[in-house]
Order: sequence, then C-alpha cells, then structure tokens
Amino acid sequence: MSNGRFIALACLVGIALVAGSMFVTNEYYVFAAYFVLQYVVLATAWNILGGYVGYVNFGTTAFLAIGLYSAAALNKWLDLPIPVLILIAGVLCGGVGLAMGYLTIRLRGVYFTIATLALSVVVQTFITNWDYVGGSRGIYIMRPSEVLVFGSYVAYLFFLMTVLAVAAVVTARVIERSTFGFGLAAIRDDEIAAAASGVPVLRLKLVAAAVSGALMGMAGAPLPFYLTYVEPTSSFSLAYTVNSVAMPLVGGTTSWLGPVIGAVLLGTMQQAMTVLISSSVNLLVVGVLLVIFVIAAPNGILGLIRSMGGKKPDPETNPLAAMLAAEKRSSQ
Amino acid sequence: MTMIDADAAASDLLLDARGITKRFGGFVALNKIDLAVRPGERLGLIGPNGSGKSTLTNCLCGALQTDGGSISFAGRSIDRLSSYQRARLGLGRSFQLPRPFHSLSLLDNLRIPLVYAVNARGGTHLTEQQIRTRSTDLLGEFGLGGKLHRLPGDLTQVEMRKLELARAMATDPTLLVSDEALAGLSHSEVNEILALLLALNRRGVAVIFIEHIMRAVMAFSERLVVLVAGEKIADGAPKDVIADERVIGAYLGQ
Repeated sequence: MSNGRFIALACLVGIALVAGSMFVTNEYYVFAAYFVLQYVVLATAWNILGGYVGYVNFGTTAFLAIGLYSAAALNKWLDLPIPVLILIAGVLCGGVGLAMGYLTIRLRGVYFTIATLALSVVVQTFITNWDYVGGSRGIYIMRPSEVLVFGSYVAYLFFLMTVLAVAAVVTARVIERSTFGFGLAAIRDDEIAAAASGVPVLRLKLVAAAVSGALMGMAGAPLPFYLTYVEPTSSFSLAYTVNSVAMPLVGGTTSWLGPVIGAVLLGTMQQAMTVLISSSVNLLVVGVLLVIFVIAAPNGILGLIRSMGGKKPDPETNPLAAMLAAEKRSSQ
Repeated sequence: MTMIDADAAASDLLLDARGITKRFGGFVALNKIDLAVRPGERLGLIGPNGSGKSTLTNCLCGALQTDGGSISFAGRSIDRLSSYQRARLGLGRSFQLPRPFHSLSLLDNLRIPLVYAVNARGGTHLTEQQIRTRSTDLLGEFGLGGKLHRLPGDLTQVEMRKLELARAMATDPTLLVSDEALAGLSHSEVNEILALLLALNRRGVAVIFIEHIMRAVMAFSERLVVLVAGEKIADGAPKDVIADERVIGAYLGQ
C-alpha cells in the first residue's frame, strides 16, 4: 500500500473513531478510549527508537511528563489553545530526545536503558521542586472555556488524541518504509556493518530519538486538561514506561502495526481490569504478559501470526531479548 | 629511491597510511605501521594470530581511532572521517565473521550500501529501479541469484561469505579490505571465493587481502606485507617475503 493510501485509510479510521464516540452516551467509555489511544501514541513512539533501532528506552514517563507539565505551565502563564500546547510540547520533547540521545546513545544495551531511567528521575526531581506548577502538591488546571464544535470537553480531547494517534501511526509507517527506516533496521541488526555500508549511524539514531521523544511529549500535552489535576507521583507513574515497552513487545516491534495491536489489547484489558477487579492488578498482569512474550513469542503477536502460516520464524528482533542476550554474552 | 621520487610516487597512491599506532591500555597493538596501496593493486597481508591485522583493518576503515599516524585515501586525509564517511569515499570492507543485516532480505542487505554509500557519494544517483538491478546483478555474480528474497539466516557458511563480499562490493569501493574471507572454507570453496576476488580486482578494485591460507595468499597477492606483534617486518614481492628469515622465524618460531 502506498503512503498516500495508508494516510487516507488512517484518517478514515480516525474519523470513524471520533464519529463513533459521539454516539456513546456513557462518557466513561470515551474516557477509557482516550487512554487506549494515548497508549497507541506512546507505544508507537517508543517503537521508533526501541523497535526500529533496538534501543530500549525506559524514559517514557520523562517525555510524557515534560509534555504534560510544559502544557500545564504554559496554560497557567499564557492560556494558549491545546493544539498549540501540543506542538510546543512536541518541539520541547524532540529537543530533549535529541539531547538525551546525544549524551547517551553511544552507550550500548543495558547502559543506555539505565541512562534513560535516570532521565525520568532527574525530570521528576525537577518537577517536584518546581513551585510554579505546584511542586509535590500538584496543580489544578482550569479547562479552557471555548469548545469548538464538540460540545463536551471530553469529546474535544478525544478528538485531539485521535488526531495524535493517527499522526503517530502514519509517522511510524512512513519511517518504516523509507530509506531512513531501512537505515534504522541496518543499525538494529549490526551497527558496525551499517557504518561500513555508509550509514551515518549516530545521526540516524539521534533523529529517531528526537521523533520518538517528540511524539511522547505530544501525547502528554492534553493530559492535564483531561485529568484537571496533576501531581508528580502519578504523572511519573512507572505504568507509562512499563506499558510503552510492553505494548510493542507484545504486539511485535518490526512493524507499525505491532505497537497498535499491543496498545489496543493491553490498554483495553487494563481499563477493563481497573473497573472490574482493581487498578493495582494492572501492572502485575502486564509484567507477566511481558515475561511470557519475551520468552515464548519474542516477535510478538505479529510474529506468532506469521509463524502460524507455516513459515520459518523471522529472525529474532525483540530488543529486550537482544539486550539481555548481549548482557549474558559479555558477562561470560 | 630519492625523497623526490618518493613524494612523486606518494601522490599516485590510493591508500597511504603512515606511522599507524594503536594502543589498548598499555598493550601496543600496532607500532608505527606504514602501509601503501596503489590503485588496482592486490596486496596480501599476513601475520600470526594477534599480530594486529584486524586492528589495522579497523583503523584504516575508521571503526577504531588511531593513537598516532596519518591515513590518506584517494589523495585526501581521512584521519578525521568516521567509518561511514570512509565507506562513502570508496573504502570498502568485508568482515572476518560475516555481519549480515539479519532481518533484511539479501536484496535489502545490498540496498543499504547502494542507498547510503553510492547514492550519498554525490554525482550519480541511482533510481529505485537501478538499485534493484544493481543488487540483483551483484547477488547473481556472487552465485546468490536464486535467494534474492531469502534472509541471511537461510544461507550456508560459504554463501554468507559471498553475501559479505557482495555487500562490501555494493559500496562500489576503489579499495576493498577483505578480512579473512576464506576462514573455515573447504578447498573448492576457497577457490570459488578467490576467483570472485580476482574478478573484482580485474575491474580495477584494489584489494588488501588478509588471510591465513598461504596457498591462497601466494596465488592472489602481487605484494606481501607481514605483521608480527604489531610491527611490520616485511613488505615486498611474495616470493622474496616468504624467503625472508625473520618471516620464517615468526611463523615457525625462532
């Protein structure tokens, strides 16, 4: 399918989602769907660096929270419309992604992952001590008064998140099929051989880190308006990081479709469990699924489907499994 | 040769590495190695295990930073260039252990250097169609024409070596550094790969041929360089070099 057709199709799915949400009378379902779509953006964004290049980023919360708090702070200061806040968050987090990449992406495997985890801690410490956005007490957000044609404010936010999800998926798919995407795959398979084939390894990795970070930040920008109250502990919840890693791994990391499948599946399941069982059982289930998939189906659901067709299994591309295997080799 | 002659000759050189030094901690892996290659030359590089052959390859191709010396290639200094920039200039390499892009088909394995080295070089710009033709032709030449859409994991060891060479050739190099392309191959497979390398050379590609199999080295090389413990101990016509006492001593043990 050409990129043009894919974009048209993705837009149609987006329009269908928004239109469908207007017929839903119980607003909880729209609320839940918003979270699932937010995870589509986060998982897709994570996969651009984690799946396509093989760099396991544990800093999703940092990017999400920077997007979230930049929107909260700018809203308090200037009262800008949310789409503008989303764009600003994207630019800001793209920059942070680039800087983080520049400082850490020469590190390999586990070391890179630990560095990204450290980024979350640094950002959280900063936000907790930043009085303007309430510090550890948190901040209440007054939702802007104007609501275009959507009537309910939740519907407007759902629309924005749908647009972001469509944009993220289209970005991932365009990258995947592009020369840039082929370069990333070469880097994932073998950085040294990629460089010897003329691939500017560092530059490509930095662009991937920037795009990934920007999308994560954009997903965070509408969140304060959605929750109307944000504070550091829940904004830096480990759930965002764990989910954004688990969803692509469960779905499959080599294609744009993997993170979407993972996000819809795990995201929906979590929303259902929160309502039906308890919210604390969520992460446990995700953790167990992650372990099962890394061991039993390292190429995720997509890999399972392909191998069920009787074809030879694809070469293993699970970044987490690859990282652990490399660690095992180097410690022997 | 007088100094003037030497300088005049130097400008004709394709690769001119002088005083290459590489240390790993206190260990001197390469000690002031001079290495020159003329356009289209077949240079054999031999030495016992651990003598610094692969380290020298890595220094020449930019995978390792040198601790001293200078390298010029095709008339320009490449000391400050990274690996990918050297590949774009026409300095190709194949790895001792094949390092294919294992999630990409054979065609796409060759597409990477065609897009990122050849097209990034400036001048010619291959279209998608030309890239496809070029990679298909190259794989055919290396006897992999029947496996264009297969993954490297499906290949035998000798086929993997061929893919490694084909991918290095796809960068369209003027100098190919072939690091032990024959290791672990059978007699007939050695001949097969050797014939491929000779065919590449006939097209004008200079080759630095790093090898342990002496039969192949003697058959291939126009000139032979011997490294022992990071020092260059001989450089000259193959038959003279292997008669050199120090070379015999290094290989048979003093």
